[in-house]
This record gives sequence, structure tokens and C-alpha cells, in this order.
Amino acid sequence: MTEPLRWARYHWRRLVGGTTRDEDDRRCNYSSLLACGGKPAHTPRLPGKHRIVVPHLWPFKDEYEKFSGTYVNNRIRTTKYTLLNFVPRNLFEQFHRAANLYFLFLVVLNWVPLVEAFQKEITMLPLVVVLAIIAVKDGLEDYRKYKIDKQINNLVTKVYSRKEKKYIDRCWKDVMVGDFIRLSCNEVIPADMVLLFSTDPDGICHIETSGLDGESNLKQRQVVRGHAEQVNNVFSVGHETKAMLNNSGPRYKRSKLERRANTDVLWCVLLLVIMCLTGALGHGIWLSRYENILFFNIPEPDGHIVSPVLAGFYMFWTMIILLQVLIPISLYVSIEIVKLGQIYFIQSDVDFYNEKMDSTVQCRSLNIAEDLGQIQYLFSDKTGTLTENKMVFRRCSVAGFDYCHEENARRLESYQEAASEEEDCTGTLGGALGDVASPGAPGCRTQNPPLETLYIIDFFIALAICNTVVVSAPNQPRQKIRRPSLSGMPIRSLEEIKNLFQRLSVRRSSSPSLASGKEPPSGVPSAFVSRLSLFSRGKLTSPVEEEGSQGASSSACCTETERSSSDAGLANGGVEAPAGQPPASSLCYEAESPDEAALVYAARAYRCTLQARTPEQVMVDFAALGPLTFQLLHILPFDSVRKRMSVVVRHPLSNQVVVYTKGADSVIMELLSAASPDEGSLEKQQLLIREKTQKHLDDYAKRGLRTLCVAKKRSGRPAGGARAAGSGEAAGDGPGSRQAAFSSPMAKLSWLFGFLQTPLHLRYFLGATGIEDRLQEGVPESIEALHKAGIKIWMLTGDKQETAINIAYACKLLEPEDKLFILNTQSKDACEMLMSTILKELQKKGQACPEQASLSVDLLQPPISQDSELRAGLVITGKTLEFALQESLQRQFLELTSWCQAVVCCRATPLQKSEVVKLVRGHLRVMTLAIGDGANDVSMIQVADIGIGVSGQEGMQAVMASDFAVSQFRHLGKLLLVHGHWCYTRLSNMILYFFYKNVAYVNLLFWYQFFCGFSGTSMTDYWVLIFFNLLFTSAPPVIYGVLEKDVSAETLMQLPELYQSGQKSEAYLPLTFWITLLDAFYQSLVCFFVPYFTYQGSDIDIFTFGNPLNTAALFIILLHLVIESKSLTWIHMLVIVSSILAYFFFALAFGAMCVTCNPPSNPYWIMQEHMLDPVFYLVCALTTCIALLPRFVYRVLQGSLFPSPILRAKHFDRLTPEERTEALKKWKGAGKMDRVTSKLAEQAADKSGRTPMSGLPAVFAMKAATSCAVERGNVSVCETALDLA
Amino acid sequence: MAMNYNSKDEVDGGPPCPPGGTAKTRRPDNTAFKQQRLPAWQPILTAGTVLPTFFIIGLIFIPIGIGIFVTSNNIREIEIDYTGTEPSSPCNKCLSPEVTPCICTIDFTLEKSFEGNVFMYYGLSNFYQNHRRYVKSRDDSQLNGDSSALLNPSKECEPYRRNEDKPIAPCGAIANSMFNDTLELFLIGNDSYPTPITLKKKGIAWWTDKNIKFRNPSGAESLEERFKGTTKPVNWLNPVYMLDSDPDNNGFVNEDFIVWMRTAALPTFRKLYRLIERKSDLHPTLPAGRYYLNITYNYPVHSFDGRKRMILSTISWMGGKNPFLGIAYIAIGSISFLLGVVLLVINHKYRNSSNTADITI
Repeated sequence: MTEPLRWARYHWRRLVGGTTRDEDDRRCNYSSLLACGGKPAHTPRLPGKHRIVVPHLWPFKDEYEKFSGTYVNNRIRTTKYTLLNFVPRNLFEQFHRAANLYFLFLVVLNWVPLVEAFQKEITMLPLVVVLAIIAVKDGLEDYRKYKIDKQINNLVTKVYSRKEKKYIDRCWKDVMVGDFIRLSCNEVIPADMVLLFSTDPDGICHIETSGLDGESNLKQRQVVRGHAEQVNNVFSVGHETKAMLNNSGPRYKRSKLERRANTDVLWCVLLLVIMCLTGALGHGIWLSRYENILFFNIPEPDGHIVSPVLAGFYMFWTMIILLQVLIPISLYVSIEIVKLGQIYFIQSDVDFYNEKMDSTVQCRSLNIAEDLGQIQYLFSDKTGTLTENKMVFRRCSVAGFDYCHEENARRLESYQEAASEEEDCTGTLGGALGDVASPGAPGCRTQNPPLETLYIIDFFIALAICNTVVVSAPNQPRQKIRRPSLSGMPIRSLEEIKNLFQRLSVRRSSSPSLASGKEPPSGVPSAFVSRLSLFSRGKLTSPVEEEGSQGASSSACCTETERSSSDAGLANGGVEAPAGQPPASSLCYEAESPDEAALVYAARAYRCTLQARTPEQVMVDFAALGPLTFQLLHILPFDSVRKRMSVVVRHPLSNQVVVYTKGADSVIMELLSAASPDEGSLEKQQLLIREKTQKHLDDYAKRGLRTLCVAKKRSGRPAGGARAAGSGEAAGDGPGSRQAAFSSPMAKLSWLFGFLQTPLHLRYFLGATGIEDRLQEGVPESIEALHKAGIKIWMLTGDKQETAINIAYACKLLEPEDKLFILNTQSKDACEMLMSTILKELQKKGQACPEQASLSVDLLQPPISQDSELRAGLVITGKTLEFALQESLQRQFLELTSWCQAVVCCRATPLQKSEVVKLVRGHLRVMTLAIGDGANDVSMIQVADIGIGVSGQEGMQAVMASDFAVSQFRHLGKLLLVHGHWCYTRLSNMILYFFYKNVAYVNLLFWYQFFCGFSGTSMTDYWVLIFFNLLFTSAPPVIYGVLEKDVSAETLMQLPELYQSGQKSEAYLPLTFWITLLDAFYQSLVCFFVPYFTYQGSDIDIFTFGNPLNTAALFIILLHLVIESKSLTWIHMLVIVSSILAYFFFALAFGAMCVTCNPPSNPYWIMQEHMLDPVFYLVCALTTCIALLPRFVYRVLQGSLFPSPILRAKHFDRLTPEERTEALKKWKGAGKMDRVTSKLAEQAADKSGRTPMSGLPAVFAMKAATSCAVERGNVSVCETALDLA
Repeated sequence: MAMNYNSKDEVDGGPPCPPGGTAKTRRPDNTAFKQQRLPAWQPILTAGTVLPTFFIIGLIFIPIGIGIFVTSNNIREIEIDYTGTEPSSPCNKCLSPEVTPCICTIDFTLEKSFEGNVFMYYGLSNFYQNHRRYVKSRDDSQLNGDSSALLNPSKECEPYRRNEDKPIAPCGAIANSMFNDTLELFLIGNDSYPTPITLKKKGIAWWTDKNIKFRNPSGAESLEERFKGTTKPVNWLNPVYMLDSDPDNNGFVNEDFIVWMRTAALPTFRKLYRLIERKSDLHPTLPAGRYYLNITYNYPVHSFDGRKRMILSTISWMGGKNPFLGIAYIAIGSISFLLGVVLLVINHKYRNSSNTADITI
């Protein structure tokens, strides 16, 4: 049983792992999955353990019964319980909790007659109620799952029926292993299955795997959107599917606050033990005085008398039962309810709603909402999190000339606003292309147009074909319709194009022009467009016949039926850039990465339209040349190690084998320089292009553009070179690609041999692209607010340094006046040296700045306070980060980062991201939050205290791993500053209140023990005692925990500084806990002794004495809550009033009806008597006033004399809008003034005793933020420490 | 298939989705409740805002306190300790168990006359009637007249449940230890001929106790017949049906017994023993003068350092004499008033910083 399970898991992991990390591996898996489902060869550890699937057909009836009988059916059941096992199983699970076990222990203890304090049944009540509440909650949850299961199970699919000899509808749950299933376009796949037949002539099917890995783009191995139908053989079903096997339970985290509360519960246990020991000791001593007085030491039933020591021992346990309420059993239930309420309100917040995606915030983890209010470090991904991950093609550099693509950008910015506007823009662009014939366009350079043109052609061809983009028509996604392609296509004679190319290549090889070429006016699109005019003209003049003979299948040259609307294109997340050509505008591109799509769309905008793609060929419609069909010889897909991808194609015009490579600039540049061609002039020219392009690249990066380089390699031998080029690329690309090469059919291996005899040929550098990744809306504001809130923000990105720094400036992560340090070293020693140098400088500055005199000896307290005028940023590259993360440098690195406001890690791998988070979280013991949107952020999200997924362009993986999912980064502001703050203050106040409540109430019983010989008597009726916690005082704190609002949302957003109270855990410090406990002791003392002195010496009986105690305690406890509440709505009032009413109603009703019940604590008519007694009211009023007076006075004095920022901010909510803005201004201004004046004062006081370190100490005080930057000139840090400001 | 469902569920699952979210849109309702914008009373506790509260509390509490104090002071009360531990005490002889029955007499003088109804209490000190095992040693069903409980008392009564194979009625430690001294009061007139004071036995227990909670077993025959098959508590001299001659005050409904069964909350307590009713408006109930107390001394408290007292007290609307409540009210009222003044000063001094929009410090 376990073996096949493991087998399936193994496969599944490989599959999933492949999609996320290793593209090559994925290919491999893909092919194996489609081809054979699960060949034994792919399960190395389990040879022979494979699944035999027998077709569910007539001839195989016997075998089918034999094998398939053992497999489960496709019915799924995700529910935990059934009707029968619900009670035992739920109880079993609930008793895994330590608290429940403790209370069970108490119940059992009460069944021991010797120590019994209450009636047996009564002790069980709280436990039963708590268990019942949780059981109901679990049951409802499970019922919801059951309903969804049922819905899923009853979905219908087409299954081949043996009897009826055709496909009939059948429910999913009835699908068996071995069934044949026919799936149509856009259907959901009911089970794991093997593809047997597809109506696609190429036998391909595309499936979307969003259900598996969350990626919504199409994968070729996957199912049906491109086909009419397909037939599959069911491979495994129901609970044996990989998805089910891989389905792990929900996340469970424990919040910091809850951990804190748990330690305090332990303190309560200690307190309980102390109180019980006191009781035991006291009883022993008391009894020893009266050992032989039968009045007090009542003999056992058998007549013997218990010795005081033994009686004391028994008393210990009795007291534990009596005082059990000290350990708040209802605390855990209340916390859960409060958290549900808090989550409900977070999800109900309309500000988190994103119209475009129709999504709001998702709280996937129910336990840690209050952690949102304590975040100290924020780790953010860049792409897709801070930026939109909607790539916009902005600039390109071709053959050393920089071109701008402003229209595209402008158009893209407006396309969201109105569809009609988009049409206009398209028209404009098309018009621009149409007008190109006019030679007088400004900036049109006539110098060597053919050479440039060749580069441009190649450049766009590379953009169009060097990718894995899937082409589809938008309305019927992936529905290809084939028709004769010759009709209506502008065709040009092969001859003519050949001539053109030959002419071009001759000119090119003889032209040194670029060497002396003047710098083109960058950013002038018209020049670029005009150069394309050549092709426009050509296209108009000369029809060309299609190159049918070129490819293996002439029919492969297909076009799409025209489909209107670009909605689908938008929805698919690609950049929609309809070109002037009507047919092209209906095309939809779906790419694995948005960059690819952006490039393809960019190419299309310049009439180099990717028309179709099959495994064998790619068809491109180039405006000038007409449709070209490139025979695809090989694809080396992108992977993160090689950082590039290549396609090997046979060029339709020259018939040469060409390799187009696209990749990160560093890699491509390296490759180019590695190649050493012999042709001198060309080399020189290429060198020049590279130099220029490098400059452009740097420029792009500074503008925050993502850069890619495109290069081409041409085989020298037109006829047989295909293999050489293909394998040459493969060989040159290292192990990853070699594996890919081997995984292809054996025939391709021969290419390698061909290559070994062929010299490596030149790579041409074609150009580079700059793609803009726009910042999301509201990101800079959010980051600014979070900074003000005292959160340290780290940006972890895989992008290159310049891009990362740029984005960091753009989103205000770094301020222009910040001092920036860059850690970019090649060795560990250098890294260490650099870090110590920077540290020294920072410390020197720190000493210079008065308030930073404390050196960072203690890592737990970062030396830089929020108000610090010395702001520093740190940039570290992936390679250096690797050194910094090593054991020996960790401490230094952390110390360094603690001085910096912002840290940017660029070129970081997913693993490094999570290691950084782990390091900071583990060593600094701070609350960390990680936010990201892609699969590469998953590990980081999982490691952080709170993981937030941005449901954006890159699928759902991050969301699936996260605790909270938002649709935009800016929502983080409100989530943390408002909801985080609220959740934290609410829950901590509620927990503190719970401790207070229980201690205050239980101590009444304890004080009474001093007057009843520590005998464990309760002066309160047992039912009231139990219900007091369970009913009368349970709802108000829950309401308080859900609805309390110390400061309004607007003020919290306007004053992010208020967040710092949560970071410092100000609402729930250990001291707060003890003060609360002290207050509880005081209140219980008052509550006991005021009635005690009132009734002292009178004829009052036990339970009549307990009644005013109880009633006063109720009022004290409820009014305490009112004092602590910062806002009281009608709901609060309703709950408090109904609690009081419930108490009196219960007491009266019970007192009226219970004549002989509930012995010995018989409450008969006691409340009624008291209600007629003025002394009762007087006692209750007096007790309540005395008990609450200290806290009330303290709160008043606090509000008047030393209000916390929160209290001061609370005043804002009462002001009119005008007053409010005025007050806000004053608040902020005052803060600054305060700082400056205090600093000046300190400075003056300090001046005499301290020798100035920097030589100009006064500057710091006066110049504030810039002072440190000014001084930078004096300090030579190191070459690598740059200041981009 | 299943995979699809799982992932969707994972994503959408979790806490209750906001209701009202129809299939069309997930936009949360923009209601005051859901957006946490409910109108709320936001008390800001500063000196300025709470000033009135303190003054009001002071103004209310001080008069109440004075009222209570005066009332309490007007109550006449006299306590006579008759434990007899002092050798000079007339009851000293009764400490030795040999003297039975032991009757002693204590003289006392009322300086002022007692007006209105006078309550006569016996008081016990250091007597832990609230001891847990003592408190629960009773059977309310038996006392309520339940015939099955009469013959088969609750286990809680152990070891005072059965005696010589007969069920004890009333069972349990409380009943067993019932106070059994007899107190009589005589006024010594000028002619030195003592006049006995009429002590009313009935009306000292709660009406509900006497009429509902405590009932004799049902039956047509005499009380003795109804208690047939039971035996008296070990320490008692007489069985329960011989507590009094008055059939309305005999058996379980004997008020002395009922009062005793209402266990005292604190180790020093008093219990109502008799009523001395006012006879006419013209004469004080107990005129000033010399009295003597005649005690039939049965109840042993010497062994546990207990004390016995006889208390005579008039009562008011607030019960017996107790200065504490009045003093406490006056004290708290004064403190509150004082705090009000302090806060007034604070408010005056810090008005600019705490009470206005200008919140800087």
C-alpha cells in the first residue's frame, strides 16, 4: 500500500518541482508523463512497482476485473469525519490539546470522593461546553467540505460505455481506472489520465495547470484548450490521484501573542499551585488545632479520623478543583472566536477589494492575524509585488543604436481606461507605420540603412521566435482553425528576398560604418519606424509566393481566424499590442513569462507578427517579407542556471541554420566575449556595438528597465550546418542543455558528432531590449508609511543591481539623501573587509550623531532609531550575500544591516531569499513578514512569521503558500497599520482582561478560605460559579476583542508611527501582565473585604454572604471592561446589559425554583431576599466603586499627564476635518522640532566632554538629514561603496 | 478533477466568507458594521472629562454614608459573653462536664431603654460552621419532608447518617451539633421581683424556609408517628419531634432548628434566638434597668476556644449595628471629592496640552 503511494508522490514532486524550478527537468517529466504515464524506468527506487491499467473494454473483461478491482473509485472524500465516527474522532482530536487534558484531569479528580469539591456533574460542565463548541465548529467546517465533495463527485464527464458502445455521461465519482474518457475544450479533467488521442493533427494538447501549481498559462503537455476533443485512459482515480496524495493539511502557526499568553498561562498554573499549597498548609495547621473536635474534623464514614497531614494533602487537590477557573478554560475558546471575528472583519474590508480581479484579501491562516500588528522586518519581492509584472516594451538597442518606444508605453498606460481609446492608439501606431514612406522624417539616418535593417530584421525575428509563446485566438482560446494559407496573403517572390538578403550581407560585411557612426538621437521613434519603411514598401510592391516547399508540412503555415476584442489578451496577462494589421490584432499570446509576451507583442507592433507555432516550425508574418516559416530544429528552453534560451531554426530565406539566443545581458556578453572569431573587421565592429549596447544597458537599468540581450549565431555551412549549430549551442550551454539534448530523440545525438568536427561560428550581437516593469499603484506611499511605522524593509530580487536600486528609489525604499553602501565582492575576505569598513564608518557617524551614541553591541536592539537623521541603505548582490550568510560573517552582516533603513538584495536566488529571512528571524528574534507573488518567493513566504502572497500575474503558488493573500502591495499598508494594529491591541487586551477576570474572581474564593479553615468551601452556589465564567462574563470580552477600536482607521493610516506600539508589544508586556494580576488581586480583596466587614459578626449565612460578593464581582468585571474600552457601540452596551440581566434572571429563577436541589449550596430565595434589602445595593455600589477607583484614576491621570501616542491620536477622531489637518500638521511638525531642539540641547551638554570625531559636529544638529551625506566626501569607504544620490 | 477542487478550496476556503457576496461579485458590503464604522461612544479619560464624575460620586456618597452612620449609631445593642472561661464568671462552673444540667445567671444593666422590636441573638465565636465537610453534611430532601430520604438519608450525612441501624432524622453533622443552650431574660424591677421578658419563638426564621424549604414528613398521625423508624441525632437529648410543644414549631419546622441549619458564613456569627415584641407605643420594649440572663448551659465551646454570647439588639432598615458601611461611604465620598479637586488642578494646569486639539507635549 505504501509503495505505490510513495511512487506517486515521487512522481508528483518531480512534476511540480519541474514546473517551478527546473525547466529542463520539467520537459523531461512532461514527455514521460504523456508518453507512458509512469514507466518503471522513471521510478528508480521502486523497480517493478507500477500500476497496471487494463482498458475497461469487452475483450479485457477478465483482466480488468483482476487488476482494476483493487483500485479505488473516483469518489473523493476530503472530510475528516463521518456521521458515525464524528463523536469519538473529534473527542480524540480535541484531547490532544494540553488544556483540554488538564480539564479532563480536573473532572476525573472530582470523582475521587476524598477531594471532591463540587458536585461531579458541575465540574464537567465547562469542559463539555468547550468541547461542544469546538465540535460544532469542526462539524460545520467538515460539512462544508462534504457539500463541496458532493458537488465535485457529481460533476459529469463523458465515459466510454462497454455496453452501449459509445461515450455516455457519467458522474465523476463513477469513473473507474481503465475507463476511456473523452474531454472537450475547456473541460476540467476528472482524474489522472494518459492521453491517447487528440484531434489536433500534431497530436498535441495543451492544458492549464492552475489547479495543480497555480500557473494559469498554458503548457504544452497539458490539457485542453486548443482542441476539439481528446481521448484519455484513466490512470488513477479518486484518492490515488497525485493531487490528492499531495494534498497536505492547512497551515498551522502560532502567533507571538499566543506564545506570550501561553507562558502567562504557565504563570497562572504556578500561581494556582501556590494558592493550593497555601490552602493545603493552612488546612493542615488549622486542623491540627481541632484534630479531636468532631465539630470540625468530621470523621470518615467508617468512623476513623483523618490526620491533619493527610487532610492537607487531600485539600491540595480539592483546592485545585475549586480554583480551577484560574486557568482560563474559556480563554482558548474565546481567542478562537475573537480571531474568527477579526478575520471576518479583515475580509469584509471594502478597501481591500480589487475591482479588476474581483478579489479581496484572503486570510488563509486563521491563527496569526494579530501578528500583523507586530511586524518589524518586511521582506519584499520586487517583480509582481512592488511592480505590476505587466511588462511594457520601452526601449531597445539594435546594433548599437538606442530606440525609444514611447508610443507603446503611452498607449499601454491608457489602455486600461477605455477600450475605444485603445483603438485610437492602435490607429495612430498603424498610421505611423503607414506613413513611413515619407523620407523626410526627422532623425532618419540614411547611413547604411541596409546593414541596420538587417540587424533590425534579425532582431525582430529573434524577438518573435526565440520564445515558447503559445499563439491562440482570443475568443475561443487556443482554438486553431486551419485553412489554406495561400489565399489573401501578400506574397513576395523568394528570389527577390534572397537577393535582398544577399545584397545586405555583402554590404554588411564590407561596411566599417558603424565604427565611425555617430551617436543616433536616442528616443526618436520615427527614425526607427522610417527604417522599417523599406519593408513596408517592399511588401506593397511585390507579392511573394509562399515557401511551401520549405517545411516538412506545408499545411503548418496556418493563420488564425479573425477574432475581435482584445479582452482575452488582457485577461491572459500578456501585453496586448495589436499591430496595424487586422488579422494580427486578433492574436493572443500566452507566454511562460510576461517578458516573453512583451517582446512578442513588441515585435508585432513593428509588424513582425508571430503567427503560429508548432513543434516543428514557427511562422512569422513580417510586414516587409510576408509570412516566413522557420523550421524549428531545436529549442533550448530558459533555465535559471544558464539564464538564457535559444532556438535553432533553419532560415527560410538563406536556408542557413541560425541560432537565436536571448538572455540576461551578463550571460550573453560573456558568451560573446568568449567567442573569438578570426574576422577582424567584424570583430571590431561587434566590439563597438557591444560597448555601445553596454552603455545603453546601463542606462536602461538606471531607468529601472529590465534588460535582455539578443544574439544570433549562424552556421557557416548552409546545408549541413543545422546539426552543428544546434549541438554547438547545446554543447556551449553547459550541462543543463546537454541533458535537454539527450532527452530529445536519439537522432539528435548524431548532431553532436557533427558538431565535433565543425568549428564554432561567430555569434552576432543583435541588440538589447529594455522592458519596463511598472510600479504598482500606491507602492511608494505604502513603503513610506511602513517606513514611518518603523518597519525595516528589505527588497529581495533576482534582478540585477542597477534595476533593483532603481526600483528601490522609485518606490521610496531609498531616499535620495540616503547614504548608500554597496556590497559587491567576489570573495569572502573582501566581503568581510568591506563590511567592517562600512561598519566603522557608520559607527563613527553614529557617535557623531548624539542620539546614536550607543554602539550596536546588542544586536537585539538596532542602534538606529526611527527618528535618526543618519539614514543608510545597503545593497548586496547575490554572490556577496552568499558570503555574508556564512556562519562567520552572519553577525557582522546583521549588525551592518541593523544600521540601515533599507536593504536591497539583488540577484538573489529563492533559496537565498528564504535564508535571509531565516537569518534575520532567527538571530534578531524579530517579527518578519515576507511578501511575494511568484513561485520563487514560496520558500521565503513559508519561512517568515507571516507570509503574504500577492495574487498577481505569476500564478497562485505564492498565494497557496501564504497566510494572507492580497491583490496589491498597497493593501499591505492598511492590513498592517490598521488591521494589524487593531487585531494586536484587541487580542492582547482581551487576553489580559481574561487573566484579570479569572484571577479576580477566583481570588474571592481564595480569600474566603482564610475564614473557613482552608476547607475548600465555596460561598457561591456552584452553578453560578460555573456560569459566571461560562455565561455571564464570556460574551463582553469576546465583543471587546472583536470590535474594540482604540484609534480610528483614518488616524492610523495618517499616523503610521502609531504602529510602533505594536512592534514593541506595548499592549502586552510581561510587566503589563503582572500589573494586571496585581490589579486583579486588589480588586478581589476589595470585593471580598467590603462585604466581609459589612456582614462581620452578623447572622448572615454562607450563600447569602456570597451573593453580594458575586454580584459586585460581576459589576466590577464588566465595568472594568468599560473603563478599558476605547469605543463603545450599541453592541457593547447590548452585550453588557444582557450579561447583567442574564445574571439576575438566572439568580432569581434558580433561587425561586431550587428548593432542595444543588445541596449543599442551596440558593433558595437568597437573591429575592437581597433584592429587597437596601444594604445589598449599598454594599454592591461601594464595592464596585472602591475596586475600580485605582484603575480609573490611573487611566485619567494617564490621559491627562502622560498620554501615550495612541491616546493622543485618539483625540483626532473627535475633530472636524479642518481641525484635523491642522492638528496633523502640528503633530508632525512638533515631532521634528522636538527632535532638533532636544538634539541641540544634548549637543550643547555633550560638547564639552566629547572630542569631535568628524570635525564638524555642529553640522549634524543643524543640517539634519543631509549632514551625513555631506560628510561622505571626507570618508573613503572603498571603491565599491557608491552613493547614487 | 479532485486537484482542481482542492486548490480552489484551499484558496477560497478558510473563514466564513462575507455573506451577501453573491456569485456575481465578492465585493464586501459597505455597511457601517462590516467596515467597523459603527457609531461609538468614545470615552476619553482625562481630568477634564471625568471631573464631574468624581464630584458627583463625592456628593452622593457622603450623605449616604452619614445617613448610614447615624442609623447605625441609633441602634441599641448589648452583648453578654457567658462562655465562663474567666473564673469570676458565674458560668465558670459549667465548663466541667460533670455538672448537668448546669444553670447559671448573669446580671447586666441597660443604660438606655430599647425602643421598638428587640432581637435576641446567641453568638458563637471561632465556630467554623462554614467548614466544607460540615456544610455539606445535611440532606435537604429529608428536611423537606421527603419520606424516602427520611428513612434513607443522603450519603453526605456520613458519619451521622445512621445510628444503631436506624436512619438519623435530621441526619448530618450540622443537625447533630445544634445549639442547645436555653436563654431566659428577666427584668429586675425596683421591687427586686424579677419579671420574665416574653420571648417569642416564632418568626425568627425566613418565611420561605419555614413554609417551603423545611417540612415535616407527611402523614395524618401525630408527629411522632411520622418520624417512626428514625432515631435522634447522637448529640441530641430529645428526638426531633420533641423540640417544641407547639405543633407548628416542632419537628423539622422548628425555627430554632431552621435557624441553626442556615450555616453561618464566618466563624464569628450570631443567630437569631428570640423576638421581643413591642407591646405598646407608650412603653419601651426593654426599659433601662437591671436584667439577668438565665442560661441552661449545655453547649460546649471551651474545647475549641470558642465563645458564647447573648446579644440584644434593636434593628433598623439596614439590619443590625454596623458602623463600617457608613464610615466607608463617607471615606470613599471624601476621597472622591478630594480627587475631584486634584483633577481640577491638573485640568487647569494641563488644559492646553491635554484637552485641546493641540496634543503635543
